[in-house]
Amino acid sequence: MDDFLRVLLLQEYNTRLVVIGTVLLGMAAGTVGSLLLLRKRALVGDVISHATLPGVGLAFLFMMMFGGSGRWSPGLLIGAAAAGLLAAGLVMCIRRTTILKDDAAMAIVMSTAFGLGIAVLGVIQDMPSGNQAGLESIIFGKTASMIRSEAIGIGITAIVILVSCLVLYKEFRLLCFDEQYAGSQGWPVMVLDVALLVLGTLVTVIGLQAVGLILILAMLIIPAAAARYWTDRLLMMMFMSAGLGALSAWFGVTISALVPRMPAGSIIVLSSSVFFLISLLLGSRRGLIIQIWHQISLRRRVGRQHILRAIWECSEGRSSVHRDHLIGMRSWSTGRVARLLQAARRRGEISMDSEQVILTDSGGAQARDIVRNHRLWELFLIKHADIAPTHVDRDADAIEHVLGLDMVEELEAALSQGDTLPTSPHSIAGVQS
Amino acid sequence: MTNQGPRARASRVGQGSEHDHRSPLSIHDMTVAYDRKPVLWDVDLDVPAGQLVCIVGPNGAGKSTLLKACLDLVPKVSGDIRFWGKGISRQRGKVAYVPQRESVDWDFPVNALDVVAMGTYGKLGWFKPVGTKQRKAAREALDRVGLQDLMDRQISQLSGGQQQRVFLARALVQNPDLYLMDEPFASVDASTEQAILDVMRQLREAGRTVVCVHHDLQTVRESFDWVVMLNMRVVAAGPVEEIFTIENLKRTYGGRLTLLDQAAMALGRAHQAGERV
Repeated sequence: MDDFLRVLLLQEYNTRLVVIGTVLLGMAAGTVGSLLLLRKRALVGDVISHATLPGVGLAFLFMMMFGGSGRWSPGLLIGAAAAGLLAAGLVMCIRRTTILKDDAAMAIVMSTAFGLGIAVLGVIQDMPSGNQAGLESIIFGKTASMIRSEAIGIGITAIVILVSCLVLYKEFRLLCFDEQYAGSQGWPVMVLDVALLVLGTLVTVIGLQAVGLILILAMLIIPAAAARYWTDRLLMMMFMSAGLGALSAWFGVTISALVPRMPAGSIIVLSSSVFFLISLLLGSRRGLIIQIWHQISLRRRVGRQHILRAIWECSEGRSSVHRDHLIGMRSWSTGRVARLLQAARRRGEISMDSEQVILTDSGGAQARDIVRNHRLWELFLIKHADIAPTHVDRDADAIEHVLGLDMVEELEAALSQGDTLPTSPHSIAGVQS
Repeated sequence: MTNQGPRARASRVGQGSEHDHRSPLSIHDMTVAYDRKPVLWDVDLDVPAGQLVCIVGPNGAGKSTLLKACLDLVPKVSGDIRFWGKGISRQRGKVAYVPQRESVDWDFPVNALDVVAMGTYGKLGWFKPVGTKQRKAAREALDRVGLQDLMDRQISQLSGGQQQRVFLARALVQNPDLYLMDEPFASVDASTEQAILDVMRQLREAGRTVVCVHHDLQTVRESFDWVVMLNMRVVAAGPVEEIFTIENLKRTYGGRLTLLDQAAMALGRAHQAGERV
């Protein structure tokens, strides 16, 4: 427990640097990921990351040829970035010049690059100094053995990426939403797209050391997808995505520092997946539970309005109604009518004398409004939409529950109807007219 | 196309046709091709200032491509486009584009006001954020299209007609002299159609020019002053009452003009003739 707190609260200098670096990486990945997701380029991150493998390998060989040790990490990262950008550019070229679509172009480039990367690694491992190069670590990352300078490098690069996203926020928003309109205003769409790809490549390259090239895509996309469930504003989505990315990174590094041989990358991805799952269920904008709740409350409102209207229409609100009579008016079951009546009584809209139902004053007023909306809508459909009077009941049934105040006013104006209650344009089921 | 192929055009060009500096949009000898297949062929056009102009033609006639090519959004094979006698790069601020509604993803996390404020980005320039002044201008534009109450709505919560009006408001914010609109009346409700028409008429009164890709032949007469009839090439262009004839329509649409369209046209003409008497 002491260990846990010590690591979690960053009391060790080395862990602190690694945690801060990785958290900043998570923020940068979440922010750039939001933009890539909205630009519908989520998988381009995958192409870039797979292409970094041959990039690193070739950079290693290149540096060896010129007498270096080959393990100078800035050199390796430059190789990774160049290869990533080249692959992204290649995808664009294939899409523009051939009949192939995005997905095929990406699949070809990605797998070719990865195959090349494995081959180059094979060559390197056969070399006398090669097997200590540790290049395989970029496939799965190596947070545990990350050294100080690497952590600092990751942190600084991540800050540069974050600042760029904020500075270019307006431009990226326009690009992602409406590229043609952006072009019509004279914005260089191509340059902006390349800028976004460069930022994505930078995230991937610094992510290689932390989570490796296979899992970096998850850091780009999962937090962004999760954030979308909570907000309808782009800036908020970027902030939330950055926050979720940071939290996942923090959990990942902390837990991998505590549990021997637990790689940080997998914990980072797994915790962001958990955040995604929570967002999918609980998200305040489009989460499943909020949607189900909306449906339940709509169904409740519909039930309440139907029962009040049925009671009113039996006698235009004048006298009491027998419960069994209501059952005959719609295809209601006895149990459903009983439940609806009970709920209405709890709300004080009706009172019941044995089996006889009568509207209270407030219930009567509400029922009258509901009936009025229904009939106004029926009249509108008959007069302005040429629908036969025998058909309007069901149409009006569907829409009366969602009529807003403004729509009711418009209806009144269209029908030049004052505050009066129009009579029903058709006979009402179960009522003698 | 046999009698008006490239060569026939070339002889006219040889007579030294100059760009009209008063014309908000003057297209000269423009050809556009997708995958080497020509979409627009030798288009020559001088749009008059201060008029409501519509471009009609069958599907695949290149109507939308014409607007996009003018704005440099798609590559041209050849052609010279002038806005008031100058190239587009020097006149961007005076031209606003209203793309087709289907061209964007309305699920994007922005609200109506955010979208309209995008109209101010061009003048703002690089890196400067949207401020109070820009937001105020965006609110006023939303007011003009009757959406002031919906400015906080996420754009997917708007009806199709409201989305179209948001696009129009975004162009209005730019306060340009020339509007290029791609099918602004496509599948919109009656009140939106009226709102857009009202705004267009206000723009004409203020001396602005509107060029509209249009699909509904039956409203051409009542809504527009000038018509361009396009089918890969310009079949005819000029004032509606002179140019918008059955003969030209048949030449534009080939045999594809429906009986219903013809009947509506005939009715419209008879109606107008009756009014003049």
